[in-house]
Amino acid sequence: MLGYTVRRILGTIPVMVLISLLVFVLLHSAPGDPAEMLLSDEATPQDIAEAKARWGLDQPIYVQYWRFLSSAIQFDFGESFRYRETVVDLLIQRFPATIELALAAILIAVIIGVPLGVWSGARPNTWVDNVSSVVGFFGISMPSFWMGIMLILIIAGFFNWLPSAGRETFGVPGERITGLYTVDSLIRGDMRAFWDALSYLIMPAVTLGVNMLGILMRVTRSAVLDVMHEDYVTTARAKGLAERVVLWRHTVRNALITIITVVGLELGTLLSGSIIVETVFAWPGIGSMLIAGLNVRDYPLITGLVLAYTAIFVFVNFVIDICYGAIDPRIRFDR
Amino acid sequence: MAPSTPASASIAEGRPLAAAPSAWRKRFGRFLKLKFLLGAGIVGLLVIVGIAAPILAPYDPQAQTLTNALKAPGFFTGPNFFGTDHLGRDILSRIIYGARVSLIIAVTVVIISGVIGVGLGAVSGYFGGSTDFGIQKLVEVVWAFPPLLLAIAIIAFLGQGLGILMIALVSQRWIPYCRVSRGQTLSLRERDFVTAARALGARDGRIIVRHILPNLLQAAMVIGTFAMASAIISEASLSFLGLGVPPEIPTWGSMLADGRTHISTSWWLALFPGLAIFITVLGINLLGDALRDMLDPRLKRTGMGVR
Repeated sequence: MLGYTVRRILGTIPVMVLISLLVFVLLHSAPGDPAEMLLSDEATPQDIAEAKARWGLDQPIYVQYWRFLSSAIQFDFGESFRYRETVVDLLIQRFPATIELALAAILIAVIIGVPLGVWSGARPNTWVDNVSSVVGFFGISMPSFWMGIMLILIIAGFFNWLPSAGRETFGVPGERITGLYTVDSLIRGDMRAFWDALSYLIMPAVTLGVNMLGILMRVTRSAVLDVMHEDYVTTARAKGLAERVVLWRHTVRNALITIITVVGLELGTLLSGSIIVETVFAWPGIGSMLIAGLNVRDYPLITGLVLAYTAIFVFVNFVIDICYGAIDPRIRFDR
Repeated sequence: MAPSTPASASIAEGRPLAAAPSAWRKRFGRFLKLKFLLGAGIVGLLVIVGIAAPILAPYDPQAQTLTNALKAPGFFTGPNFFGTDHLGRDILSRIIYGARVSLIIAVTVVIISGVIGVGLGAVSGYFGGSTDFGIQKLVEVVWAFPPLLLAIAIIAFLGQGLGILMIALVSQRWIPYCRVSRGQTLSLRERDFVTAARALGARDGRIIVRHILPNLLQAAMVIGTFAMASAIISEASLSFLGLGVPPEIPTWGSMLADGRTHISTSWWLALFPGLAIFITVLGINLLGDALRDMLDPRLKRTGMGVR
């Protein structure tokens, strides 16, 4: 297991290097001079010449790539000229908001999607199954940005139940501990702040989670259906175990590996979905910052965020791989 | 109604077990047929709307009448059945023309992705060795980007335009084709008909084109249907973020972006284009699901169509 983990970590290094190469090529194939792009519009020709020398843009291309790579490894992406702060500082400030949103979305998708899938997988072609199937199709076909706008329109606009944008009511939250406002307020025992944070979180999280919910429901259903015909399930039934035990201990546990895989695969979609959902709900995470940066061509910020998003995705896939062994002891990593 | 016969009663009792496969299959079959009909119906309607847009649209989608801006829908009375937007353009007409834009972009993207993906997959699986290694490394790197993020990065760095939008949408969409085709080719190249072709002196290129590719088309078609749904959503997402086609072309995504701006006063701006995207994607997904169940149920577990 340890050997596998080490091998797997080493395996991600060439991928990350190639990713940085791809981003580097994209950055350099952008129309216009990189120095002009990397500086703000007010830069004088003298500034540009100076910046060229400073960033080594007069050097050969492989030297430039080497510089880009070595500063990327040190998490140095320069300073965003929109926010006038280093990209790393901005990432650290904004990252908890994205994490909170993503976790809440996954939670909603798993809590609703998995039981619904198990339920319909255990009773194929009943009304439960048909209803879940419709839910599944709606879930996978729903454009999340439209659903977000409709939620704002109906729940925030018409009924005025929940706030439509932002993350907190001004002045409500207290001290930051983890940066996840709901968790922070619970740690402090401040229920008023908790409800406030939750009220902002619900709509974006539902919007972001709905696609994953649909997919999870469908995958769980077919995984349960597959496992239901295995011999050990028949054996468990023949032993006279209660149907509930057969279902959850023998069937669902074995379907879990498929479910985890899909959650892992879907995390990528969730990450890119968060870019759109954060924009719709003005959620102050890294996704809305990326779009704000795009509109002003803030290249250091875009480069840093693209690399950060990809690194997160690669890391998550790595964690999922490691998780397999914990769930299914039959999977052995040491060849 | 006649009382049920002993035979039918026993079938009814045996149903919780797998005792009535024929009944199960019948119900399953009916559901499949419904899925197929519904999906094909929606997609067919969409294609007709897209082709006949100039005949069906009551107004010019570009015609601005500022005095007529933000008019509420007149569902039965007209003249603007779905209302007008902030520039006084007729929303129904724009949705009809938007179908055309969405379909053309999605079909083109899916075909280009399919050609690249199936081609590379077949080459990768057939030749193996360093060719395979190189192509699979490329797959691994491109797939390491969260979906849509690579597309956003491409547009961010290379600028906007129809061509770049296509490149951005293809950038990751060829990968599912490539993976499945490679896997299939690995087993196909060991088959007798390939050995026979080689024994007859056929060159590699001819074997791939005449003997391998035809066997890859069926799975590619299923993948293509789902890729089409995701391409429509991606295109709409990018247009929504202001990264899509030039603003004068009516697309559902950019209409939705306008709708978001005017959400507090005019709900119809956001409702109808979103509904159009949703119904379209739902139809394509239904059709794809039915096609997959009919053509190749094994694809189900590979998570195809997830992205």
